[in-house]
Amino acid sequence: MTATRDAQGRSSESPVLPLHAAPDPQRSAGPREPSVGTDRRRVDAPLKVTGTAPYAYEHPTTNPCHVWPVLSTIARGTIIGVDASRAAAVPGVIRVLTHADAPRLRVKADAGLWILQGPEVHHRGQIIGGVIADTPEAAREAAELLVFTYDEAPSKVELDPDGPDVTTAKVVLMRPGSETKGDPEQGWGEGVHRVDATYEHTAQYHAQMEPHAVIATWHEVSPLDVRATRLTLQDSNQGPLPHRLLLAPLLGLLPHQLDVSSPYVGGAFGGKAFPHPHLVLASLAAKIVSPRPVKLALTRQQMFSVVGHRAASSQHVRLAADAEGRLTMVEHVSTQAASRVKNSVDHSCMSTRMMYATPNRHTEHRVLELDVPPSTWMRAPGDFTGMFALETALDELAHTAGIDPVDLRVRNEPDVDPENGKPWSTRALVACLQRGAERFGWDERQAPGQRRDGEWQIGLGMASAVFPNMHMVTFAAKILFTGGRYVVQLQASDIGTGAHTVLAQIAADALGVDPDLVVTDIGRTGTPMAMVAGGSSGTYEWGNSVVAACEAFRRKHGLHPAEGASATGRSGPPKGSNKYSRNAFGAHFAEVAVSSVTDEVRVRRLLGVYAAGTIINPRTARSQVMGGMIMALSGALLEESYRDPRFGHIANGDLASYHVAAHADVPPIDVEFLPEHDPWFGAKGSKGIGEIGMVGTPAALGNAVFNATGKRLRSLPFTPSALAEA
Amino acid sequence: MPDQHSHPTTLTVNGERHDLVLDPRVSVLDALRDRLGVTSVKKGCDHGQCGACTVIADGRRIVSCLALAVSYDGAEVTTAAGLGSVGALGALQEAFVDRDALQCGYCTPGQVCSAEAMLAEAEAGMPSHVTADVAALDPVRLSPEEVRERMSGNLCRCGAYPNIVDAILDVAGERGLA
Repeated sequence: MTATRDAQGRSSESPVLPLHAAPDPQRSAGPREPSVGTDRRRVDAPLKVTGTAPYAYEHPTTNPCHVWPVLSTIARGTIIGVDASRAAAVPGVIRVLTHADAPRLRVKADAGLWILQGPEVHHRGQIIGGVIADTPEAAREAAELLVFTYDEAPSKVELDPDGPDVTTAKVVLMRPGSETKGDPEQGWGEGVHRVDATYEHTAQYHAQMEPHAVIATWHEVSPLDVRATRLTLQDSNQGPLPHRLLLAPLLGLLPHQLDVSSPYVGGAFGGKAFPHPHLVLASLAAKIVSPRPVKLALTRQQMFSVVGHRAASSQHVRLAADAEGRLTMVEHVSTQAASRVKNSVDHSCMSTRMMYATPNRHTEHRVLELDVPPSTWMRAPGDFTGMFALETALDELAHTAGIDPVDLRVRNEPDVDPENGKPWSTRALVACLQRGAERFGWDERQAPGQRRDGEWQIGLGMASAVFPNMHMVTFAAKILFTGGRYVVQLQASDIGTGAHTVLAQIAADALGVDPDLVVTDIGRTGTPMAMVAGGSSGTYEWGNSVVAACEAFRRKHGLHPAEGASATGRSGPPKGSNKYSRNAFGAHFAEVAVSSVTDEVRVRRLLGVYAAGTIINPRTARSQVMGGMIMALSGALLEESYRDPRFGHIANGDLASYHVAAHADVPPIDVEFLPEHDPWFGAKGSKGIGEIGMVGTPAALGNAVFNATGKRLRSLPFTPSALAEA
Repeated sequence: MPDQHSHPTTLTVNGERHDLVLDPRVSVLDALRDRLGVTSVKKGCDHGQCGACTVIADGRRIVSCLALAVSYDGAEVTTAAGLGSVGALGALQEAFVDRDALQCGYCTPGQVCSAEAMLAEAEAGMPSHVTADVAALDPVRLSPEEVRERMSGNLCRCGAYPNIVDAILDVAGERGLA
């Protein structure tokens, strides 16, 4: 199915839906077993294994042109000259775009998107030009011939956590960036056992398999027709909401004048949640060549400066405990690199505020603004970083105090949320720790450096995991009955999570029909507005409104709806949920082998045990948490970026040298979900599972490396050279 | 495109013959995606680093981004869409669905093509880095370790690796290779 458009430019686009069996009326009526909680095959899998699910760049277009971005080559300064003569002379080139002649943007809704409006260069890898041509080869050749000259200014690109320009963030995740409870210095003084250590990592990159791509079409419509669609973006994103909020005003459009579709997304991990500046370039190019569509696909190398990353950070943790291992003080100060263009702060200390009981605590988020590209959400932003630090520090404390690491955590289990005093909606951390220890064979663990297998030193390690409820705003969903099927419509997105599959299960139960009779129409505008796929919130957040819409549909249309019947519903978390601290919990256990010859770390086993509420679909849920654990393994052992201190770019910005885990790096992964139902997230009792697999896993691996070798690594990744130097 | 830089090239893609006139800089990957509209092959890095663009050309798996189309004149190219269709999945595709061996699905066509050719390599006795006896010419018995090693040119950022290995071993077992 393809997009069509009437003379006014209004879209009557049919979405590309996952393949479904023909509806069987016999299956639609009568009592049936619930689908939620049962194993269901991923509905979009047949399209994906045949390569026929269309991603952004792949939608059929007529007579498209191509735009190739040109990126700055200095960290900071001013463009003082442009020589476009050779670029413009390349056959097939339609237009060379620079700040001198690009169409003007309107509202600076996002400083990171404010490109081609002036000669200032804020970081290396900023989009400072573009070439529009008939073919991608011509556009690329011309882009390489476009010459900029600069007046360079001094720049600062490296994180110096103790430097004079570090500031404290006032607000992080809508909460105070800094908080103190009790008297931390007194608690430090009371400690019998103490840890004082700093944990670090370099910038990490999402490295989605699908490079960001878009097809932009600017429609020739009368400016007087305010209802008409002006711009269509066939994009790869986590939901169209941020595009309409940020991109539309930037381009001088009303939100509904921007049509966005993104039926399939080749990996996102937070890096496709917000619009990035390549969309602005494609949109401006589309305006120039209207009504011709413009195609843009970033190269793998361009992704390392254009579409965000997890900012480098340094986490200073101090722990003090009494003789029995009870924490008398916890201090966690996170210092993070940020871009001077757009300062985004990961909430790295938030889990430290609520994980363990202590009378004295100080947490603080600090930021150092640099002349580097803007960072963005990357899977478990903050929690990944902060829990690596906290859970490694706890392992150090356990070792110092001579207490088993599992036991140490159990001894510090809080009755209520230590940050706000609220009771837990559900908290089964101790059950996860104990079940994990049993399943993994934790009692086989020996003192550091004791186990060997030939050249390999063997160690076991563990860490806790947590991921909070991320409810922000309640939006609606719609149910449409057509062709014998129930269509679930909302601006949700399946970024590989299984949303197509599980939303149908949730709707099927609420409607009382077989899930094969439910079709999902998500990933585009033209349906009810919804939150992006982010914060591990999709299944409960969207699910709440889907259930409400299904109930409204049955109330309105009964069991035998007419063709075209529809109803909209809206529902958020249950009333009173704010009185509870709501989080998913888990525990990670790892066995590593460290070569005594090469210092290479190999993971032999990895286990995640989770108490994450109702599991809607055990099959896709297992895949999702397993994927989180593997991405964390990758970040812990392999992903190292090298920022060139002279120019501020990542010197190893491609997949040959920014290493992500490959098949051979990944051992069998074991997953267990403990039975749990949490009534305070939403209608189905589920919690978030998209990110928790990332949280604590690097600490579990590092703690296992310590158990294997007696060497404590405090910087990610744990490379052979890091071990050799430890 | 200037004439002196254009070359007639024939590619047979999933059984369908295409006669093209191509800029010699065009890769097999770009010829498929940008010229022929064959999008069942994916571009992940364009540098042979990720495996998303793996296709089977004249029986062998190649990263099509590193292959210039003009030098594949006359080749038979198979993409994931040539190994089965939504209504009639190939054995590996069926196993991938069964094992939930995918999430976002972008690397999947390359994984499937790579696995198909890899099974043929094992059957032909081609050793890998982890094969104990590299001199043996018998079909290789595919252990999980062998599959992981042989598939390591195909990255999956969603982390579906354990399920992909299980899916491939299911089919390897059916073919007497595991």
